[in-house]
Amino acid sequence: MPEFIDDFLFTYQTLVYSLGINGLLALSMYVVLALGQLSLGQAAFMGMGAYVSALLTVKIGAPFLLVLLAAMLVPALAALIVGAPTLRLSGVYLALATIGLGEVQRIFFLNSELTGGALGLSGIPMKGGLVSIYGSLGLALVAFIFVARSKIGRAMEAMREDELAAGALGVDLPAYKLAALVVSAMLAGLAGALNAHVTSFISPEDYGFHAAVSILSYALLGGIGSPFAPVLGAFILTLLPEVLRSLADFRGVVNGAIIVLVVIFMPRGLMTWRMGRIGASTRRPS
Amino acid sequence: MSAPRLEIDALTVRFGGLAAVDDVSFAVASGTVHGLIGPNGAGKTTMFNLISGLVPPSAGAIRLDGERIDALPSWGRARRGLARTFQNIRMFQDMSALETVMTGMHSRLDESLPAALLRMGGFRKAENEALAKAWELLAFVGLADAAHRRSGDLPYGDQRRLEIARALALEPRLLLLDEPAAGMNPSETLALEALLEKLKAQGLTILLVEHDMHFVMRLCDEITVLNFGRKISEGAPHMVRADPVVVEAYLGAKVARSLEAPQ
Repeated sequence: MPEFIDDFLFTYQTLVYSLGINGLLALSMYVVLALGQLSLGQAAFMGMGAYVSALLTVKIGAPFLLVLLAAMLVPALAALIVGAPTLRLSGVYLALATIGLGEVQRIFFLNSELTGGALGLSGIPMKGGLVSIYGSLGLALVAFIFVARSKIGRAMEAMREDELAAGALGVDLPAYKLAALVVSAMLAGLAGALNAHVTSFISPEDYGFHAAVSILSYALLGGIGSPFAPVLGAFILTLLPEVLRSLADFRGVVNGAIIVLVVIFMPRGLMTWRMGRIGASTRRPS
Repeated sequence: MSAPRLEIDALTVRFGGLAAVDDVSFAVASGTVHGLIGPNGAGKTTMFNLISGLVPPSAGAIRLDGERIDALPSWGRARRGLARTFQNIRMFQDMSALETVMTGMHSRLDESLPAALLRMGGFRKAENEALAKAWELLAFVGLADAAHRRSGDLPYGDQRRLEIARALALEPRLLLLDEPAAGMNPSETLALEALLEKLKAQGLTILLVEHDMHFVMRLCDEITVLNFGRKISEGAPHMVRADPVVVEAYLGAKVARSLEAPQ
């Protein structure tokens, strides 16, 4: 690698990692929002992935790939348990249930010996890096683009626009909602595991309600017209505090104000471009 | 004789104390166009919602080709070949007309998640075939030139026709049309009638709710009349429009006379 890139990475390593991880989290939010659901459990799923992976690495010394796999499967299971009963109902029930999940988990982490209580877990080896983080982000992006341009993508958008009409066209609404939540939990869990393995320290307060809202704001800011939009939102909101560093104590205010302004004046987010939903050339046949 | 395409058997739904549909039975024979008429509040749209699975019945049975479907969710009924349009158009606003029609093929399209992810040959083939069919359907309803336009931007009459194309994409055994001519101007209504005549000629079974009586009388083979949730009459158009009960409850003497006149 050229020297200037080395220097850059050395200086901004944490920021570069955060960008990729928050991009993954934004995508995990996108899957759920893309079919018109609202989950506030992304931070909880992330925390689950972080703790599961950290424990497996620190206590057992399991191989990293296996650790990542477990960090996706455990949140997926939790999503099934929370989602199956709530997704049959419509409206805000999923949002409420996932807030509950986050709080239950936070209090468990705070009080359990196993998870180190309020002190959290430290000394997690730095097994993650550019390749694992940006490789995951790239794979997830490509997967979402392909899925969007298929009957699954069309069904998801139809659900978001008009659930009743989508159901009348044969879209199995509960199955789609549950699958989206499970995929979203897996992505958030993966992001949590990667984060734990580049920051070397995790604690219960990293995965509370505040984090859940941050993840939601990535997708709100970027938009959900394509999978690129929420990632853009995550990048901007991750970079913004760095750019606003000179404002010192006021940067939180500016950060918040920017979100408020975007939501009011650009309700579809910054990137309004909508990706096509057909996986073939749509030229008119002659 | 084989079972009718659709059989409504002593169907009842109560909302609180109100029986919106009260012990109604009728059958739609395969290959016919069947009209459901009656004054506002007679229970026509509720009947449609019962048939398509948006409202669960309190009692009674619904059979499609002899099989009970009343316990299935709406998507389960769609898979068995039941398609519908809505009284207030329900468009997927941001989708192009082409995408909208392809969404209607959801239950007929064999595209698994792995196939879509890996862009396997089978996926490409399915998607291309669906696309070709969507173009055909748009041409059939006269919207081929609007294929790439945003569905929500189409004029009202075109949205109605797009909704029909989306329902046809399901390859229905039974098509439910809820006030297809509502809000259309006379020339749009004529175009719609020509379209439905074409579908009828192809042997599609249609059940429709409509207030334009000339339209209904010309198009339907059989008519069922509802009032206050109950069936008050049924039969061929010339019988129904001469039925004093129907004239009293719904048509009025003047309309009944105008329907007798040759058109």
